[in-house]
Amino acid sequence: MSDRKIPAPRVLSESLAYWQAADEGRLLLKKCRACGELHHYPRDICPHCLSDDTVWVDAAGTGSVYSFSTMGQGEAAYTLAFVTLDEGVTLMTNLVDAEAHAFAIGQRVTVVFKPSEGGHAVAMFTPL
Amino acid sequence: MSLNGAAYIVGAYEHPTRKADALSVLRLHADVAKGALADAGLTKDHIDGYFCAGDAPGLGTTTVAEYLGLKLRHVDSTECGGSAPILHVAHAAAAIAAGRCNVALITLAGRPRAAMAEALAKAAADAGAGGKPVKAPLALRPPDPDAAELTFELPYGPATQNLYAIVARRHMHEFGTTSEQLAWIKVAASHHAQHNPHAMLRDVVTVADVMNSPLVSDPLHRLDCCVMSDGGGALIVARPEIARQLKRPLVKVRGTGEAPKHAMGGRIDLSFSAAAWSGPRAFAEAGVAPADIQYASLYDSFTITVLMQLEDLGFCKKGEGGRFVADGGLISGVGRLPFNTDGGGLCSNHPANRGGVTKVIEAVRQLRGEAHPAVQVRDCRLALASGIGGALASRHTAGTLILERL
Repeated sequence: MSDRKIPAPRVLSESLAYWQAADEGRLLLKKCRACGELHHYPRDICPHCLSDDTVWVDAAGTGSVYSFSTMGQGEAAYTLAFVTLDEGVTLMTNLVDAEAHAFAIGQRVTVVFKPSEGGHAVAMFTPL
Repeated sequence: MSLNGAAYIVGAYEHPTRKADALSVLRLHADVAKGALADAGLTKDHIDGYFCAGDAPGLGTTTVAEYLGLKLRHVDSTECGGSAPILHVAHAAAAIAAGRCNVALITLAGRPRAAMAEALAKAAADAGAGGKPVKAPLALRPPDPDAAELTFELPYGPATQNLYAIVARRHMHEFGTTSEQLAWIKVAASHHAQHNPHAMLRDVVTVADVMNSPLVSDPLHRLDCCVMSDGGGALIVARPEIARQLKRPLVKVRGTGEAPKHAMGGRIDLSFSAAAWSGPRAFAEAGVAPADIQYASLYDSFTITVLMQLEDLGFCKKGEGGRFVADGGLISGVGRLPFNTDGGGLCSNHPANRGGVTKVIEAVRQLRGEAHPAVQVRDCRLALASGIGGALASRHTAGTLILERL
């Protein structure tokens, strides 16, 4: 468990919809209608083909742990992770709501949204 | 255009300080510039090209040029973190080949350790007697608010330590690498550092010492991490005709490579570093193979950084780095590849939180036969310097440099 305060994400206009959806408990990805590929972090312009024909899509919110590291001691400990979503995109996140020794690479996880300090909710993951 | 033979490193100097309480950042840049000029046997009027990265204050090249009174016709402030000076050597060779300059100065310097002590002292004074307990600032410079990628990372608490530890964890998962194997990298660095009077950590450590040091970010221990230090270093790169007129051993730029690696829109693969891309370019340009390299300076922000470069540069196969470094594989005179014979960032210094320039400097010492006798590689003719600037897990730029003593 962690009592780490989550800093409020800075919101750029390009990603406002992502953060608004997070407040509603939805995890969004960007999809390019020109090449069909998903990407994260979300941008107006697809990093795979540079098309500006990108749209928001809902992610299922499930995936598996790619790697992780727990830093800090006791209540200050928190776990940085990369999670590969079932849609195939890997993103940086935290693993939460379980003891650090319970986490493992390949473990199935699902998204949970945590409040930040005076800002939008932040997507984190917890074991299924 | 091949840069093989386009330029020579004629001057190299490392600042002896590890804590610059009374020296400004610019003074440190100036100190190392003077040291490298004296080493080369040149004066400041010979310098017509200048290279520095984000550690230089103000307007970078302009600010340092003003302090030193340089009159220049070529500048380059390529910024990619700690690997920058390794790229600067390649860029200087390219500029020399293109006729843009004849003698290039490269400096790197900083005082993060003294600045941290000052910040802590100020915080303590502000808090006053009976005030709140003082915590060290996590970073001296705030993140760039326009860096969009960071807006999706900073809420999760990425720190330098966990952005390397997370790569180590993945490597252990994929290839069976162990903490004991990583510890051998620190052990080798400490064997070298005992001979360096300027090194911050001069005690020889054992695998058990590393394993028993506190966990910083699981699975990395405190002794898997580099030191934090002030100081810096400088290099002088010159046209071949000028190098031959000087009285120093000839150290030729033989191969160069550079490459950034980032998250690729979410296609993250932590099993390799950007050195897997910069290395083959450098070896191709040099026309040599990893087995030909007699000494390697490998960026050692953490033990895992070294392991990744060994594999990605082709010193061993992917996944076999753990076995390569175990049992003293990197100890000069003992192992198959002597590395960081000054003690490296793991034991000697990591000036300005950037280890690139000291990597090149120790490679130059080895090629000149000027390393400490206890760690000097016999008749060292071919050396490599490799840097990873940025963070291993999220985004970084690798630079690879192959140098030859004629």
